[in-house]
Amino acid sequence: MSANGALLEVDGLHTKLPVEGRMQTVLHDVSLSIGTGEAVGLVGESGSGKSMTARAIARLLPSGASTSGSIRYDGTEVGSRRGSTLRDYRGEVAMIFQDPRAHINPVRSIGDFMTEALRTNRGVARADARARAVRALGDVGIEDGERRLKQYPHELSGGLLQRVMIASALLTEPRLVLADEPTTALDVTTQAEVMAILDELRRERGLALLFITHDLDLAGAVCDRTCVMYAGRIVESQRSADLGERPRHPYTAALSAARPAIEGAVHRLAAIRGRPVSAFEAPEGCAFAPRCEFAQDRCRERTPELRVVSGGEVRCVRADEIAGNLAKETESV
Amino acid sequence: MSEPLLEATGLRKDYGSVLAVDDVDLAVEAGGSLAIVGESGSGKTTIARMLVGLTRPTAGTIRACGRDRSTPSRSAAERRRRGSEVQIVFQDPYSSLDPRHSAQKALDEVLRLHGSGSDSRARKARIAELGELVGLDDRMLRALPRDLSGGQRQRIAIARALAADPRLIILDESVAALDVSIQAQVLNLLADIREQTQISYILISHDLAVVRQITEEAIVMHRGKVVERGRTEAILDSPQDPYTRMLRASVPRPGWKPTRRASLASVPDLGETP
Repeated sequence: MSANGALLEVDGLHTKLPVEGRMQTVLHDVSLSIGTGEAVGLVGESGSGKSMTARAIARLLPSGASTSGSIRYDGTEVGSRRGSTLRDYRGEVAMIFQDPRAHINPVRSIGDFMTEALRTNRGVARADARARAVRALGDVGIEDGERRLKQYPHELSGGLLQRVMIASALLTEPRLVLADEPTTALDVTTQAEVMAILDELRRERGLALLFITHDLDLAGAVCDRTCVMYAGRIVESQRSADLGERPRHPYTAALSAARPAIEGAVHRLAAIRGRPVSAFEAPEGCAFAPRCEFAQDRCRERTPELRVVSGGEVRCVRADEIAGNLAKETESV
Repeated sequence: MSEPLLEATGLRKDYGSVLAVDDVDLAVEAGGSLAIVGESGSGKTTIARMLVGLTRPTAGTIRACGRDRSTPSRSAAERRRRGSEVQIVFQDPYSSLDPRHSAQKALDEVLRLHGSGSDSRARKARIAELGELVGLDDRMLRALPRDLSGGQRQRIAIARALAADPRLIILDESVAALDVSIQAQVLNLLADIREQTQISYILISHDLAVVRQITEEAIVMHRGKVVERGRTEAILDSPQDPYTRMLRASVPRPGWKPTRRASLASVPDLGETP
């Protein structure tokens, strides 16, 4: 464990990817840390870099990607892991994806899928591995595990399959789970159940969680802290409860005001002009400035630093002077 | 009382032994906005397809603008007329637009069929008008779909539906795939268009907050049946049916915590618990 007690520490991560034949920046100076047993939300729109951050941590970036900066897990650099230490890392850091069907072999049974890592990497005997798989299915609320192990992915609904994915992610007893929009493709009632299961198991086992979503309220419901990303940068990070009540960055406030409310509709939504951009499309200065109603000339001149403020961090030069206005904006909706 | 703009009665669709839509009645007044709310498998998209004529009902009647459309149209002219009454906008703007056609060309094609016909100057003027209505500038109108963002593409899909000058547009999860900041723009746009043109909407959606934003009436579907109907606000503020209550309780909002109890499988039991 590193000196400050963080299980995962990302520091100054820059990532470039080949986009239409050119290397383009998708992550810009991303720094975050996750403590043992802590749940951190990563919220953003398309192109914000939230999935790429998770992929960089999982060492699952597309081929041709180049990264600089540091990702340390349990005190050691993730990029330097090879062979058995990389295998250990993959056992300790599990990933759950948005679309389970894209990450499971359709012609192999659920049982083969769930027990493969245990049998090949850990040398667990077949019967033992299957017994563990059945227990893991029980943990996510799937009672008839024996029967499920014999089934194939197409025989299971999306919600059931996502629970299988969670069960198998937890089989290797990871300490950190990276969940990339795990419920976005699910019905809202199924989402509530899958989130409840993930949250419960995480608390029971003291797992750390990086939860990626576009939904501020969903992140707030299950994460201790929430980071908001825009154009490849983290623009704000706070305790989730505070973020909801007192957003410090204009983008966070605008995002929460743009979403229609289930309690009492407004005549017109407070839409944000323009569209979200990727890091490589962002202009000089603050990437959000062209869409920000608080932007001034100085916002366009220099890229703001991520500054420590009371209770969190914010990447906005005007954060202090506009703090009162942001709170008002979210209250009126 | 005048006849509704669109009315379906006893609508039913079987797929073999599966009953996808079971005895559904619905009506939309001229200028009104109705939500069909439900989750996957509720039958909401099958209803949309039947209303627009892409799927033939097993039983029931559909009337729009005073004419029956329960059976397939018998002529091209009849098909065109139905197209000028009811249009549909799908969820995915990436797959519902022809990748080789600019917005301009897509709109021109619709205008040739409906409305302006062979007068190319009139068509051009109408394209500019439609572009303005949905917030697309000249450059965007000339661009191919691949050069536009998801929100811009969905604006084209909406403009294309409007080009036929329909009385009603069916919005089949039309804002579900959009980023939150873009979704707000498109929802405001849809409200503006209705204000300006007196058009009616049927919104097919699983998203209760979106439903609240742009509809006044709603029906809630579960397993092919309507379980609740009424004013959208009333349904969301005091849902009566156990399924609607569960749906309402599952929506993340400030202070919300997910619970295991909210599972689809447990719905039938919910009615018995206090």
